[in-house]
Amino acid sequence: MTTANERITQELRQRARQLLESGQVAAFVGYTSGSMPMVMQPFVARTPEETDRLEWNSFCVLNLANYLPALLKSLEPPRRPGDPPPEGPLPKVGVVATGCWSRNMVVQIQENQVQRERLVIIGISSRGMVDRKKVLGLVGHADVTSVKEDDNSLLVKGPGLEQEINRWDVIRDNCACCVHPDPVIFDHMIGDLKGERKLGERFKQVEEIENMSVQARWEWFTSEIDSCIRCYACRNACPLCYCPTCFVDDSRPQWVGKSIEPVDTAIFHIIRAYHCAGRCTDCGSCESACPMGIRMRILTKKLQKDVLELYGTEAGMSLDTPLPLSTYKLDDPQDFVLTESLKGEKK
Amino acid sequence: MLDKAGFEDWLRELAGQFEIFGPKANDRGIVNWQKLNEGELPDERPGVPKGSIKTFFFPQPETLLEFSARPGTEDAFIPHEPGTEHKPRLVVGVRPCDARSVVLNAMPYEDDPYFHKNRQNVVLIGLACRQGCSTCFCTWTGGSPVGTEGLDILAYPVSRGYVLEPVTERGASLVESAGPGNDATGAELKELEEIRSKAPSSLPETMELAPRLREKGLMDLYNAPFWQQLSDSCINCGTCTFLCPTCYCFDIQDETLRGKGRRIRYWDSCMFPLFTLHASGHNPRGEKVKRVRNRFMHKLKYFPERFGPLSCVGCGRCVRDCPVNIDIRQVINELLAT
Ligand code: SF4
Ligand code: SF4
Ligand code: SF4
Ligand code: SF4
Ligand code: SF4
Repeated sequence: MTTANERITQELRQRARQLLESGQVAAFVGYTSGSMPMVMQPFVARTPEETDRLEWNSFCVLNLANYLPALLKSLEPPRRPGDPPPEGPLPKVGVVATGCWSRNMVVQIQENQVQRERLVIIGISSRGMVDRKKVLGLVGHADVTSVKEDDNSLLVKGPGLEQEINRWDVIRDNCACCVHPDPVIFDHMIGDLKGERKLGERFKQVEEIENMSVQARWEWFTSEIDSCIRCYACRNACPLCYCPTCFVDDSRPQWVGKSIEPVDTAIFHIIRAYHCAGRCTDCGSCESACPMGIRMRILTKKLQKDVLELYGTEAGMSLDTPLPLSTYKLDDPQDFVLTESLKGEKK
Repeated sequence: MLDKAGFEDWLRELAGQFEIFGPKANDRGIVNWQKLNEGELPDERPGVPKGSIKTFFFPQPETLLEFSARPGTEDAFIPHEPGTEHKPRLVVGVRPCDARSVVLNAMPYEDDPYFHKNRQNVVLIGLACRQGCSTCFCTWTGGSPVGTEGLDILAYPVSRGYVLEPVTERGASLVESAGPGNDATGAELKELEEIRSKAPSSLPETMELAPRLREKGLMDLYNAPFWQQLSDSCINCGTCTFLCPTCYCFDIQDETLRGKGRRIRYWDSCMFPLFTLHASGHNPRGEKVKRVRNRFMHKLKYFPERFGPLSCVGCGRCVRDCPVNIDIRQVINELLAT
């Protein structure tokens, strides 16, 4: 019997092949498997033959939207600064999208990083992806050499190791609290739309920390980022982080120190999270990429919660809903703004 | 030979003289270099700890000099040597590949006083590998799971404890200080022999890679077609370079805080666009594909041409933790096929 993921893989290969063969797209972005179990490789197929390498499984965790702006640009005819934009339609890119990634594409479109008409989106309603680090934790960080996936279980093997794990015990934190598994924009769907998930405790992870004392919160934060090596995999895995020069790299002015002094690491994490406020889709790409197992996405989840409470919106749910922090409305909530009069009103 | 208790006692003794570090699991279960407390032995899981051993030789950051940053004071902005902040260090549980990385790094750092000072201050006690991990390939790079290069002492893990093989003079005098220890039994000597003979067979077959790659035409490798597809996947983060023991590139900056200044040397990565950005705005490695290629060409071609061996010890860290599964072993195979 084939698994759901195997069926998706087959259909994905067919669709991608068709798109490349018919010349509708110049490249197709998906995943292929490489040498490491549980780490999928984002992969750009440029010929119909290469689409045979495409694969879909529970370890497709690096957000593919991340690759789109540069890939689209690389397909444009070269031009110098000041040259007029090329005439006629530009080459398109095909890409796979689950709920969160499609929302990141919406954000990219709203922020003028990619153009909708240059994307052919193959939608997949996500069942939730598996957290490799949770699997490694369950097997005592042993050397895992193969993982075989069934619809609801994983068979993990290594030297002296053979363990069956329930898939739902090792689902990523962000997937476990995701209520929007369906793509919000797509051109073709593989499988059906599943609709919103009903979930009582979407923000449980955040609420646990909100309920701590200020001191305990600070301790949680400092110990969470304690082992950060400033490799910026979290930043680079995120489709929101496209600034030509990131604030951590800027030297005129120098916003933040460059080594792993705790204060510098803390500033990096706080500012990175704030730059994602109102834009983050909780795709978890950042957290999945971190070599040190740091759960920095709890910070962006907190901001997602705040934005939802203050503005009633979530990032990328529709092309017509403007991003809350790049628009202005007269009745925007402002009770967090500290003005003299407000300070007087609030006790 | 020291049994576990004897080894612990010995470390306890040495703790007067040294700060002791070794591989140790943190509360997330990740094994990394940490201070070992009294009575703690290094974690012996096969393979290398998460982070690079270079942290002892290229501290993140290294303070090169200090100065007062209060204008108007007499010594304002006059640099002076930084105060030494720590005791000599003893690192236990060092895998042979990691120790070898220090020897390789010493080649380009031949004249670097900071690196040499750290080498003097850090004693390395190795732990021979009974078996490799699936990501280990020291045997391709000129190393061995029982290699001694760069170590002061190599410890072979046997059932009761460790058989110690002194490598350097200072290693020998430390072994001496451990006292006579226990006599190794016949069975233990057999275990030792088994590690020596069997460990390499758990690893990829030994290859003399460096001469083969040195022979290849530089421009043929540089222009090989596979770089583009490789770089398609890469997100240009610093994971591979920061975890790698043989990536040694740095940047320098002055930092000031509350009237105190210091000049620091901190890790940099050829994967970052800023690495080669010129003041003019020109960037000779402006595109991702050029940066990805540089990392591998440096390790596998430029370094061997200049110094002989590869600048890679086959520890497999980059393979294990690259978020997009870029595997230097596959790159090596591509280069060999070019
Ligand atoms: S911050 Fe993390 S969770 Fe949010 S969009 Fe970026 S990668 Fe995804
Ligand atoms: S990926 Fe992890 S270690 Fe790297 S900068 Fe981000 S939090 Fe730090
Ligand atoms: S690469 Fe070789 S020396 Fe290093 S941990 Fe693996 S087996 Fe041991
Ligand atoms: S090869 Fe992997 S670890 Fe290295 S920069 Fe690219 S994505 Fe990051
Ligand atoms: S390149 Fe990879 S395998 Fe080689 S020394 Fe560096 S981290 Fe280890």
